[in-house]
Amino acid sequence: MSFPLLTATAVLPAIGAVATAAVPAAKRDAAKWLALLVSLATLVLAVVVLVRFDPDGARYQLTESHAWIKDFGVRYELGVDGIGAVLVALTALLIPFIVLAGWHDADPMETGSRRWRPTQGFFALILAVEAMVILSFEATDVFLFYIFFEAMLIPMYFLIGGFGDRAHEHGEEVASTQRSYAAVKFLLYNLVGGLIMLAAVIGLYVVAGNFSLQEIAEARANGSLDMATDTERWLFLGFFFAFAVKAPLWPLHTWLPNAMGEATAPVAVLITAVVDKVGTFAMLRFCLQLFPEASKWATPVILVLALISIIYGALLAVGQRDIKRLVAYASISHFGFIILGIFAMTSQGQSGATLYMVNHGISTAALMLVAGFLISRRGSRLIADYGGVQKVAPVLAGTFLIGGLATLSLPGLAPFVSEFLVLVGTFARYPAIGIIATFGIVLAALYTLVLYQRTMTGPVKTEVAKMPDLRARELVVVAPLVVLLIFLGVYPKPVTDIVNPAVQQTMSDVQKKDPQPEVEAAK
Amino acid sequence: MSAVAVHSLWTTAADPISKIDAPKFEYGQMSPTLIVVGAAIVGVLVEAFVPRKFRYYAQVFVSAVALAAAFAAVVALAADGYGTTKARIAAMGAIAVDGPALFLQGTILLAGLVGLFTFAERRLDPAAHGNRVDSFAAQAASVPGSDSEKAAVKAGFTTTEVFPLLLFAVAGMLIFPAANDLLTLFVALEVFSLPLYLMCALARRKRLMSQEAAVKYFLLGAFASAFTLFGIALLYGYAGSVTYAKIAQVVDGTVTTVDPALVDTMGNDALLLIGAAMIVMGLLFKVGAVPFHMWTPDVYQGAPTPVTGFMAAATKVAAFGALLRILYVVLPGLRWDWRPVMWGVAVVTMLGGAIVAITQTDIKRMLAYSSIAHAGFILAGVIATTPDGVSSVLFYLAAYSFVTIGAFAVVTLVRDAGGEATHLSKWAGLGRRSPLVAAVFAVFLLAFAGIPLTSGFAGKFAVFKAAAEGGAAPLVVIGVISSAIAAFFYIRVIVLMFFSEPSPEGPTVAVPSPLTTTAIGVGVAVTLVLGVAPQYFLDLASQAGVFVR
Repeated sequence: MSFPLLTATAVLPAIGAVATAAVPAAKRDAAKWLALLVSLATLVLAVVVLVRFDPDGARYQLTESHAWIKDFGVRYELGVDGIGAVLVALTALLIPFIVLAGWHDADPMETGSRRWRPTQGFFALILAVEAMVILSFEATDVFLFYIFFEAMLIPMYFLIGGFGDRAHEHGEEVASTQRSYAAVKFLLYNLVGGLIMLAAVIGLYVVAGNFSLQEIAEARANGSLDMATDTERWLFLGFFFAFAVKAPLWPLHTWLPNAMGEATAPVAVLITAVVDKVGTFAMLRFCLQLFPEASKWATPVILVLALISIIYGALLAVGQRDIKRLVAYASISHFGFIILGIFAMTSQGQSGATLYMVNHGISTAALMLVAGFLISRRGSRLIADYGGVQKVAPVLAGTFLIGGLATLSLPGLAPFVSEFLVLVGTFARYPAIGIIATFGIVLAALYTLVLYQRTMTGPVKTEVAKMPDLRARELVVVAPLVVLLIFLGVYPKPVTDIVNPAVQQTMSDVQKKDPQPEVEAAK
Repeated sequence: MSAVAVHSLWTTAADPISKIDAPKFEYGQMSPTLIVVGAAIVGVLVEAFVPRKFRYYAQVFVSAVALAAAFAAVVALAADGYGTTKARIAAMGAIAVDGPALFLQGTILLAGLVGLFTFAERRLDPAAHGNRVDSFAAQAASVPGSDSEKAAVKAGFTTTEVFPLLLFAVAGMLIFPAANDLLTLFVALEVFSLPLYLMCALARRKRLMSQEAAVKYFLLGAFASAFTLFGIALLYGYAGSVTYAKIAQVVDGTVTTVDPALVDTMGNDALLLIGAAMIVMGLLFKVGAVPFHMWTPDVYQGAPTPVTGFMAAATKVAAFGALLRILYVVLPGLRWDWRPVMWGVAVVTMLGGAIVAITQTDIKRMLAYSSIAHAGFILAGVIATTPDGVSSVLFYLAAYSFVTIGAFAVVTLVRDAGGEATHLSKWAGLGRRSPLVAAVFAVFLLAFAGIPLTSGFAGKFAVFKAAAEGGAAPLVVIGVISSAIAAFFYIRVIVLMFFSEPSPEGPTVAVPSPLTTTAIGVGVAVTLVLGVAPQYFLDLASQAGVFVR
């Protein structure tokens, strides 16, 4: 038996989580270093997965399959296609930066009980989320996927509710009330989505008799498993609802600004750049493969919702006074683009969407983590409390600008490629929607540049006059992300090469061909 | 016709009875119950003859050995094939020895054993006058607040009678799901109910509340028992027999010979429907299904917490076992009549329990309403009327009972000057003071909420899957919605424990003896094992999923 590489990518952070949690209370720094080392080791494994993955090979590679719960027809089945492999790598890539950026976020403020160990808990929870997210990218058994899709809510919930920004403007009491509100809202939205999906998962079992993605998809493709149209649509809706909450898609998005606003910046990155990707990934993998007909049936509505997300998210971002909430609304707009790309049902759209997941992860991480460094210096999330930062902290301001420009998809930076692909893919099939979506970019320019202008330029406010520039640790976090943004902006081929075959297969699942360009017949 | 019948009645009555066969009694197959009853009687003798100083130790020892031995007997019977190939009716047709019976008996015995550990805990309450005390009244008979109570406390009395009472209750519960005729069913019902009523009244703290709870439980329980008994009489009138198999045959129409004494009533569908409804009503009362749930919150809150935990777990197991047997063995022919009704009951139970639980401010009352919601989920599995339905219910019951006992055991640990601090506001910030206890309680709450990787999820998935396969898809959707509602209040407690600032005069967490620690540890272990690797137990449940008839 070959080495279970995929299992290892998830088991390593899981063991790391337990070990980190077990570090004695006094050895706080040991816990941090342990978490960092584990996340780096996981990154190494994820790179090995990418290297071993053969884009021209079988659809699912590095597969593992073991019996698990026979009575439920559940198997422990893992495997990655190009999309899964890239997203596993993205997750493993971002976690070390998140750990490093959150180095001091969970240092205990007051001495509580002897056994109260927030620092150990913080890093253990991050690793636990990593393990579950990676498993949900790798699971090719619907039930197995569902388990981790749901279970990751619990550590995430504790991360949002248990740890917040220092020196909050309203004082700790108000902050902790708002935090637990945000955490509960996050959990309830996602739990309701997950439970509705549970009903659909059970329904799928009743119809199909097992949970294996490959078996069901094959049976669907060769016609041996026939679903009544109504059944298929209901099941699709059950799945899609859960993913749309997670992604999040308008009008199920309202938990995201709360969660990202109240959580610390690294946790906010964890939510939007890592955990939410499971939602869009699952639309591609499960909705389209298991329910191709229903996906086509629902496409018009979903495209309109995605369009609303793009415009609505961007408009609300323009109006935000709070830096983190602004990034959250910008993310909602970007998730609209991703979903648009997936359901445009063109290969450019779907490649663009997958690439967008990666690029959005990196660009949001860059912007949000720098924003977090900024907020930790001043103790306020309000845009109005800043001004002239670029004069006192030029490096901070510069990286913030690059993160912001990436968010508005400036050509030359990574998100541009993906956004362009999504728009081209959409335009090929739905020109009107493509045109309206383009306004999202204009609005993106507005909210990013206004944010930069108000916080970084202008006269130096007295409160920020003594603001230190980025420290070494913070530079280590930001610099690689900036390099990646530029590299993938200029040369996205490594990612697209891996992703494209998988996208073609998904396209053939839904039996859609790219629309041929219409050439006017020469007279 | 009528005259002939009457005449034949006279003649049969006048026949001389030549001999009575000695009843055949399969002691081996009855051994689990017999061991427990025997130990209960020994316990009564211990109360009478052993000096007060040693009673506690003697009682705990006898009870623990008896429950463990009875469990071993169940395992031996199951290993011998009595759960599958050798399933049979024993004790002159009174008791079924089959898969569901053995599975449930095993569950009840383990729940009883773990419950016993919490009963025997004597380190939580501060010692009174140098004597270690448990959760039970010093002297049940003395009026609360009276001089005689004070004297009893000072003398260091403890109510060691709870141990034989526990054993009697367990014995009744062992027979209840195995009963194969209606009279045995009723006797078992009373055998386990009466000790429970008594134990509810025995709290050491808040004695008036405890006694009030017991009176409520007793009155409503007696009412429900009366319904059951009336239903039994009507069914006898309909079928001319109290044996499950015979009634089922009459319902199916395979038996057409009419008992001459019952010529006016036999085969009268009105009697069947009313009788069956009344019996099921009595069982639904014990299960705590809406609209027969009114007693649950008051009794759960007032009873001593170890008793609440035991009762919440074991009573539900026993009562659902009996309900399954009645519906699947006696009334399968009536399926089209009872299914719609049970649908309604399941829907209101799931939604009612979950919605009302949201407004609760007392942890024990909240768990009481949550137990109602769970009764609804289990009913969804009952309605499936497939072998999968039976095994899913069995699995759910086993999973649920350990979570419940564990959760109530944690409740006994959180205390302030007035005893257990059950008001939710007092639990604020518990996660900061005692992370371990709060984390354990969070595990139980997540299991109640049905989060994956806990036993609660596996159980919920099993019953919902069975219900969906049994054609009850709308019920699954409603179940899922109520799960979402229920999740809200479980989460609320977690928020309170972990994200709220502890108040300075908040409760302390008592350090328990190994007894309670074991109970909680077993609860956590079972919760996680059944959540991560449920296959073995699902196999066990599905092998046990066939009733003997």
